[in-house]
Amino acid sequence: MDPISLEAMAASVPDGALIALPPDNSLPSVALAKALVRRGARGLRLLGVPVSGFATDVLIGAGCVVEVQTSAVSLGEAGFAPRFSAALKAGTITVRDATCPAIHTMLQAAEKGVPFMPLRGVIGSDILAHRPDWRVIQNPFSDAPDEILLLPALSPHIAVFHAVMADAEGNVWVGRRRECATVAHASKRALVTVERVVAGNFLEDERLAPGTISGTYVEAVAIAERGAQPVALLDEYGVDAAYVANYARMAKTDAGFAEWCAEHVFGDLQAAAE
Amino acid sequence: MSVQPEERLACALARLILDPAAPPARHIAVGAASPIPAAACWLVKKQGHAVRLSLLHKRSGNPFTEGSRELFDLTGQGRIDLFFLGGGQIDGQANLNLVGTGEWPGTGVRFPGSFGSAFMYFMTPRTILFREEHSPRVLVEKVDMISAPGVSPPGVFRRGTAQALVTGRCVFTFDAARARFTLASLMPGETEASVRAATGFDFDVAPGLAAAPEPSEAELAILRGAVCDEMAETYPEFCARVWGRAQAA
Repeated sequence: MDPISLEAMAASVPDGALIALPPDNSLPSVALAKALVRRGARGLRLLGVPVSGFATDVLIGAGCVVEVQTSAVSLGEAGFAPRFSAALKAGTITVRDATCPAIHTMLQAAEKGVPFMPLRGVIGSDILAHRPDWRVIQNPFSDAPDEILLLPALSPHIAVFHAVMADAEGNVWVGRRRECATVAHASKRALVTVERVVAGNFLEDERLAPGTISGTYVEAVAIAERGAQPVALLDEYGVDAAYVANYARMAKTDAGFAEWCAEHVFGDLQAAAE
Repeated sequence: MSVQPEERLACALARLILDPAAPPARHIAVGAASPIPAAACWLVKKQGHAVRLSLLHKRSGNPFTEGSRELFDLTGQGRIDLFFLGGGQIDGQANLNLVGTGEWPGTGVRFPGSFGSAFMYFMTPRTILFREEHSPRVLVEKVDMISAPGVSPPGVFRRGTAQALVTGRCVFTFDAARARFTLASLMPGETEASVRAATGFDFDVAPGLAAAPEPSEAELAILRGAVCDEMAETYPEFCARVWGRAQAA
């Protein structure tokens, strides 16, 4: 599989798509999020797997997003996500709150090709009261009263994440961040940015295979060096806390966000893989 | 170096972890952005107690190899004995609100969101609630919205709920049968009256209400040495602020 360009990958994402994004501790493709802003994507629906971070806030700030389904949105140590908060208050996005294991469970149902899966807990939470698509039933295997939540399978249109590397066969390596595998399995398409493409086949290497997502699930790979920055990528590089803190400060206002975007999204095209 | 407030809170949490009246804590998980609970857990471990710690945001040596769902799968099976939760609002029945104030989904102040609370609070045998800020805006009579309820009716599977609530002012214990907090001990400078003035919900007072024990020299030595060593990678800012540990470049 030959890598495509980052901008071509962004161009392949249609407006209105439901896109699954991992959060800042599990390999988000900040590079593709910025490319989606550059291409002027609109109407995106984002799914936080299972929560949302920096990339989600940037996409919301740029007006690319109409809906966010997530268990939380945060910039970690840098605090609340400013563009998410502003868009929620302005009513320009719909927020569908969930709880982490519910999102994992909905994706796992899609992964298995079953229509729903049960999950303990949640009953009595107002999250459930605002999720008409979630159902509570009596456990059919119990004679005693035992209510349990059923969650519908959720199959995102596109899984987007940043892997360390791809091989010549289109397999990608994510180490222990196996939620990227779940989301790739559950989604109709997976678009993966990587630090580098290497020769060989990870699946023939016993040590790399467990951290590999088979190319079966991967539609396209694009090289984006330091494509997770400012967040960390496994043992490749750490978080750039000062960059996130500067973003959090500037993105408090519309004008500050626009200025940040001009510099960091539209100004660093040379950083994009071309 | 005088005792830091964070050290006092970590020691209060460690005593609750080791409470012989509570179910055993063999495996404790600690969530994101929780340096004081993490310090308490490390203190317990470095004191020589046999406990497994799973720190969710540990970058190197992260304990989970099946992705971020593994914590919830472990907890679903009952393999996690203790977890920590907080909230933008916590009420007198130990309901937690991590969503926001005003109308759903947070038309007043929006908090980050519920994370895994709506599951973990049910499925962990015990939860220690921790929130440093102790004010009427946080500790409210009734939360604006419920991320995770403090108690559940019969017929809803639930392994446990809050063991206690630790704040910058005091320690409350929680009685699930009565869905009510009891003021158990006070941080320096606090009285029952000062706690009442800062708390939006009504609570009982333990007959033996007293000051929380000061951290011992031995506890402080472990916190400032071995615990700080363990935490420096994940919480560099915390270690620098509390213990003056220089941050790596």
